[in-house]
Amino acid sequence: MLKRTVLFDMHRAAGAKMVDFGGWEMPLHYGSQIEEHLAVRSGCGMFDVSHMRVVDVAGADALRALQLLLANDAGRLVAGKALYSCMLRHDGGVLDDLIVYRLADDTATYRLVVNAGTADRDLAWLRQVREERAFDCEFRERSDLALIAVQGPNARACVARAVPHIEPVVEALGVFCAAVLDQWFIARTGYTGEDGFEIALPEPQAAQLWQALAAVDVAACGLGARDTLRLEAGMNLYGAEMDESVTPLESGLAWTVDLRTARDFIGRSALERQRAEPHLRQLLGLKLLDRGVLRSHQSVVTAQGPGEITSGTFGPTIGCSIALARVPAGVAPKEQVSVALRSGPAKAVVCRPPFVRHGRVLA
Amino acid sequence: MNNPPELRYTESHEWVRTQADGSVLVGITDFAQDALGDLVFIDLPPAGKSFTAGQVIAVVESVKAASDIYAPVNGTVTAVNDTVKDAPEKVNRDAFGAWLFQMQPQDIGDVGRLLDAAAYQAQLDSEK
Repeated sequence: MLKRTVLFDMHRAAGAKMVDFGGWEMPLHYGSQIEEHLAVRSGCGMFDVSHMRVVDVAGADALRALQLLLANDAGRLVAGKALYSCMLRHDGGVLDDLIVYRLADDTATYRLVVNAGTADRDLAWLRQVREERAFDCEFRERSDLALIAVQGPNARACVARAVPHIEPVVEALGVFCAAVLDQWFIARTGYTGEDGFEIALPEPQAAQLWQALAAVDVAACGLGARDTLRLEAGMNLYGAEMDESVTPLESGLAWTVDLRTARDFIGRSALERQRAEPHLRQLLGLKLLDRGVLRSHQSVVTAQGPGEITSGTFGPTIGCSIALARVPAGVAPKEQVSVALRSGPAKAVVCRPPFVRHGRVLA
Repeated sequence: MNNPPELRYTESHEWVRTQADGSVLVGITDFAQDALGDLVFIDLPPAGKSFTAGQVIAVVESVKAASDIYAPVNGTVTAVNDTVKDAPEKVNRDAFGAWLFQMQPQDIGDVGRLLDAAAYQAQLDSEK
């Protein structure tokens, strides 16, 4: 039996095509994923992301624990700020990517939002490390919260119109910042490359917010659009661009690893060893020059050796197929490579992601 | 969506519409477009080329996957629908209206031997 979010009935009533996503029955689209993608880039769309897991971290050792567990440094956070980080194994392999927020109040409480498919494993890992180190902190799963992402250039205006009493909050909120209003948690974060908000709120209030947003013409968007949007924005997906078998350094995520202080974190020594290796692979973007669609696991032929596509799709905004690919060291943007498509070898050009930002095609 | 009763169908989810002059129009069913999702590319055969039944005659590619389209009967392509080539979403919106190509069957009797709407629906039901 698949799990369902509190908005399941809304999706069914809207005619969504439902699919199994990591054990959850989620909307793939509500008619056309391409239309939903374009609605986000041109106006505003909303996503039910309640399948993701919210974990609050509190206690005297909350920060110590997070500084050990995460490759990025949670110590840099001031109240109300967010940070994107990987969580690593001792060998540097990626367990998950997540966002950590320092909650905007006096207590040193942090909030993690982790991927649905890895949440159980993440929790077990957090608790295991806490036991090993005898950290004085608790991890509280907030299964009482629903999560709705509102994304697009009109996100701020739409949220303010739909929920007038939070207008002052969304007007003042900086990018990658978060604020609490009553029982709502509003973060100016997202997975689309557009402006937008991710709102965590008590489950009983989620349907009302969804309907209020629909009433101001925010388009309901499913997982199909979510994937094409994030890929155009050059954003990684756990399980595709990285997993336990690769480190952040070979996944385009070196920028999320903070080695500037002497802070010890799980996986640090493995990364420092790997950094010194001469033939480290890299994650780059591909843009298909021929007709067709790039797809994950397709082989890439470069002048520097073979590579592999980690994620591929057709980008509705850019108007052609794009991909992220793990390729050898030395491959550089503007280089032409060959990809083994179903129909035969096709030409693609290497580029540095993102492909689209704030509605503008960069690649 | 109901499968129009005046059409014939293949097991591989193509529909065939017989025209007054004996030629046929061919497209993919609503079941097929729904399974594929938003189409982004359609590759159509050249007019004048002959095919045998079951031979790959066209390719439709969606965000999700690429899918071969098979010639429903032996015959020759006489026309292709350029409007769907440029706007593949038309097939998603109206699968039974958006024909892909027109064929002149070698033997019009072959069309009558394809599945009728009831038989095609029975196949869909058995696959569920």
